[in-house]
Amino acid sequence: MNKILEVRNLGKIYGPGCPQCIESTGPDADTNLCPHCGSVVAIHDVSFDLFEGEILGVMGESGSGKSTVVKALYFDQPPSSGAAIFYDRDKQYELFALNAAQQRWLRNHRFGMVYQNPHLGLNFNISAGGNIAERLLMSDLMDYGAIRERAKALLARTEVLLSRVDDLPKNFSGGMQQRVQIAKALATQPPLLFLDEVTTGLDLSVQARILDLILEIQQELKTAMIVVTHDLGVIRLLAGRAIVMKYGRVIEAGLTDQILEDPQHAYTQRLVASAL
Amino acid sequence: MNAMSHVQSGNAYNFGFLDEYAKKEVRRAILKAIAIPGYQVPYASREMPMGRGFGTGGLQLTLSLIGPDEVAKVIDQGSDDSVNAVNLRQFIEMTCPGISTTTKTAECTLIQSRHRIPEQPLTSMQIIVLQVPYPDPLVVVEPSEDKRKTMHSEADYSRLLVKLYEDIVKFDEITISHRYPTRINGHYVIDPSPIPRWDVPKLNDSAAVILFGAGREKKIYAVPPHTKAEPLAFSDVPFQVEDFRDEKGRRRACARCGCTDAFLDEFVADSGGKTWQCSDSDWCDAQLLPAKRLQGEPA
Repeated sequence: MNKILEVRNLGKIYGPGCPQCIESTGPDADTNLCPHCGSVVAIHDVSFDLFEGEILGVMGESGSGKSTVVKALYFDQPPSSGAAIFYDRDKQYELFALNAAQQRWLRNHRFGMVYQNPHLGLNFNISAGGNIAERLLMSDLMDYGAIRERAKALLARTEVLLSRVDDLPKNFSGGMQQRVQIAKALATQPPLLFLDEVTTGLDLSVQARILDLILEIQQELKTAMIVVTHDLGVIRLLAGRAIVMKYGRVIEAGLTDQILEDPQHAYTQRLVASAL
Repeated sequence: MNAMSHVQSGNAYNFGFLDEYAKKEVRRAILKAIAIPGYQVPYASREMPMGRGFGTGGLQLTLSLIGPDEVAKVIDQGSDDSVNAVNLRQFIEMTCPGISTTTKTAECTLIQSRHRIPEQPLTSMQIIVLQVPYPDPLVVVEPSEDKRKTMHSEADYSRLLVKLYEDIVKFDEITISHRYPTRINGHYVIDPSPIPRWDVPKLNDSAAVILFGAGREKKIYAVPPHTKAEPLAFSDVPFQVEDFRDEKGRRRACARCGCTDAFLDEFVADSGGKTWQCSDSDWCDAQLLPAKRLQGEPA
């Protein structure tokens, strides 16, 4: 299997930071707020690998830093420390050593992101087709006819009615907005997709269809994905491997079945027990 | 440099109204704008004795560039005789003693214009200064100036193209009538001031220097001579200028001079019907001249 992403010692501190920040936060200290300088240690020392076509689950409670991980990798928020290498065919990129234009190029051409809140991923003032066109235009496709065809094909693939291609996403239901977001993320056929709480807040039947869609895409396109969620059901269904986070640290990592059937860390045990 | 060197006797103001330091700063900004085609150079827009938005940006450029033997022309919407043009011309005449003004495009060396580039092709001996209300084409898609600057530096104009896409979806054609976003020298996209689409091709490979001054927004930018200027478009939906054909598919002619290859303004005639006339008044006069000679009338 080809490695697609290698993340090493990723860290993000909000605030001035002090030498005692790291030792006075984390699961053992039971906080992520440094008592000495007031900084928030959002994530510290997060390392993992991701392979081609694999889905990695990142779970944890609110404020555990799971979203910060994908936001850093998608260049939404630069990390304070650490490195990540993205392997793309025969090239490799040191993600945080690239300049802004190179980062934007990767973001537009090789990565995809689906946010929990469709407002972050979609422009609500332009049509669903226009949202997909935006991403295609960012990746330098300049032919109107071709853009239109691709947008329709993607929306058909994500089961959005074609008669609504030119409607504004604000007139869509939550599930449909999420489908448009997925179609937009997939527009450039990225080898790496980030999914940040994609099904949170949707009703159960819609959740199930979106999860089905994600699995189908993974099978069809061999897209590697990082799925961030607090929902153990989503992790069980989608992810082959998972990491569990608490107060910005990875407390457990391994095969999903192993973690869910035989949790080692006390917090994970509590998490799994509470879900059952 | 002596700030008072150009003061003429009997005139309380310096030649060109602005003091020499102000002119120097504007000229410096102009040189930078020419060196980086399409880049919006910030400058300290001075207070002028007229409201911002009445052409103060263009006027500051004109006054900084004008010399004693200059022949200036001022146009507003193609006309030399509209209120804005007349007032600016009078101001230039008053503050720059010794210069001459003209309405003839062929005779002038410096043109200040609002909304039009003259129909008659400009020469390498001429400079045209356009008054600009909104210098940044990205302002319609991104409210934060900070982000717009990053987008410009990375030549990230996909969101402008999305606007064109939405236009074609809704109206089957691109509906931007003026301020058409145009890419200069393969990188920066400019807002070419409110010139109609008709004038956008004139920016490309122009012999004359084209300068843009935004007084309220404090920006100067330029299209240097013989520089590539491409209006944004899709590869299969090319850029088009205004279509002046009537219902039968014939090109409308100017009601005054009969010309069929100029930008036309639409009027409501006294009879109540519509009539079309050249927007460029000097061009219209020039077309009329040979016609009158043929008929034996005094021109």
